[in-house]
Amino acid sequence: MAKIYVSPRSIVVPGDLIAEGDDVEADSVYIERRGKRFYATITGLVSVEQVDDKYKISIIPLEGAYIPKAGDIVIGLVEDIGLTHWEVDISSPYKGILTVQEALEKPFNPVTDSLKRYLDVGDYIVAKVIAFDRARDPLLTIKGKGLGRVTEGSIVEIKPSRVARVIGKKGSMVNMLMQETGCNILVGQNGRILINCPNKDIEEILVLSIKKIEAEAHTTGLTERVREFIRKEREKRGV
Amino acid sequence: MGGTGGEKPVLIRWEEKDGQKLPIRIDGRLPEQLRPIRIEVGVLGNADGSALVEYGATRVLAAVYGPREAHPRHMALPDRAIIRCRYHMAPFSTEERKTPAPTRREVELSKVIREALESVVITEMYPRTSIDVYMEVLQSDGGTRTAAITAASLALADAGIAMRDLVAGVAVGKVDGVLVLDINEIEDNYAEADMPVAMAPSLDKVLLLQLNGVLSHEEFIKALELARKGILEIYRLQKEALRKKYVEVQSSG
Repeated sequence: MAKIYVSPRSIVVPGDLIAEGDDVEADSVYIERRGKRFYATITGLVSVEQVDDKYKISIIPLEGAYIPKAGDIVIGLVEDIGLTHWEVDISSPYKGILTVQEALEKPFNPVTDSLKRYLDVGDYIVAKVIAFDRARDPLLTIKGKGLGRVTEGSIVEIKPSRVARVIGKKGSMVNMLMQETGCNILVGQNGRILINCPNKDIEEILVLSIKKIEAEAHTTGLTERVREFIRKEREKRGV
Repeated sequence: MGGTGGEKPVLIRWEEKDGQKLPIRIDGRLPEQLRPIRIEVGVLGNADGSALVEYGATRVLAAVYGPREAHPRHMALPDRAIIRCRYHMAPFSTEERKTPAPTRREVELSKVIREALESVVITEMYPRTSIDVYMEVLQSDGGTRTAAITAASLALADAGIAMRDLVAGVAVGKVDGVLVLDINEIEDNYAEADMPVAMAPSLDKVLLLQLNGVLSHEEFIKALELARKGILEIYRLQKEALRKKYVEVQSSG
């Protein structure tokens, strides 16, 4: 019989005993098993789920760097240009590599052509991580719908650990933000958010809301509080 | 640490209480009493994680940067992160100005602290990166290495770096034949023995143990047990401080 030592949605810190028993399943890399006991290895919120006769425990980290994962959409900043690739800062300990094959539709000849014509240092790109095995730097692609160079909008940076909260359950938070402000929002998994707003006032409110979500990511009932916040700000500013 | 010039002060006073003789230390503490401890997490904006720890007048600031790309690149390891530690005493931290250049002592302490942290941080999770830990002693009154390691482990946890357990440290000493917990500078200067200990309580492992002076076998066992008691108390305060960072935001939000 499983013993759960923490209450759901409470904060755990490294070394905390979460649960004990054979019918417990750890659903996070931040939980370490020692014998029959499960310990937290990071500061975060625990969730306990009962599936059939098993307890599923997981931790949502509250801090931490962005570790790329294949399939993630990220917003990168071109940092350097090689002969046939770009080096992209994806606000992670690992820098992204964008090869020319993953950027251009046509064959590229480095003798007659320069990569600088397509993407220059300082350009933001919306990219997808195609592979990352930790032994080599993550490979990116900008071929695909919605990917490519960023031509308009603003970038807001938040802690990567707060991204899940900005998106919300099944996108509830980001959908609410778009509905309330009328802006277009694209959340990169690495903590960069691209926003396109109808005007500067609305953009300011949206940035404040995103910063509010970042600061209060571990609290409950956040979606409703942010909705309230946006409505109040709009009223105050008359937009 | 410091010199032992001048007359030796009375470090232990024996006071009569309920027909028993109780040893009272120079700062009024009982032998098994810690100094007042203050812990604050997330005190620096630019660092990924930070903590300030005070054991009485000893005050240490720790900052963690990383995991980040290791520079120089050849230092990076293919299968895990490297941890780099700098324990440093500020020139103004001691009674007489300390030269800011790293001394032999500081180089040694940086190494032993790094080794203690390496056994709790799950470095395999962040291959090819470096985790940099900076510990700055702002004010020194004995027990700085143990306060530094306490602060460093909190800063790592604050940075969201995966670790098996937090680390807490405290120094035990033998003063005038009495084993005392959390030895301060003046006691240390005239002590027969000084033993800094750091442990990971949930793992039940000793990560750092140094001994200056002489303890008998029995005394050593008693001293280690005393250190464990102190460490468990500090460990409790550490966890409380880490949680408090989020609870405060919650109530103000």
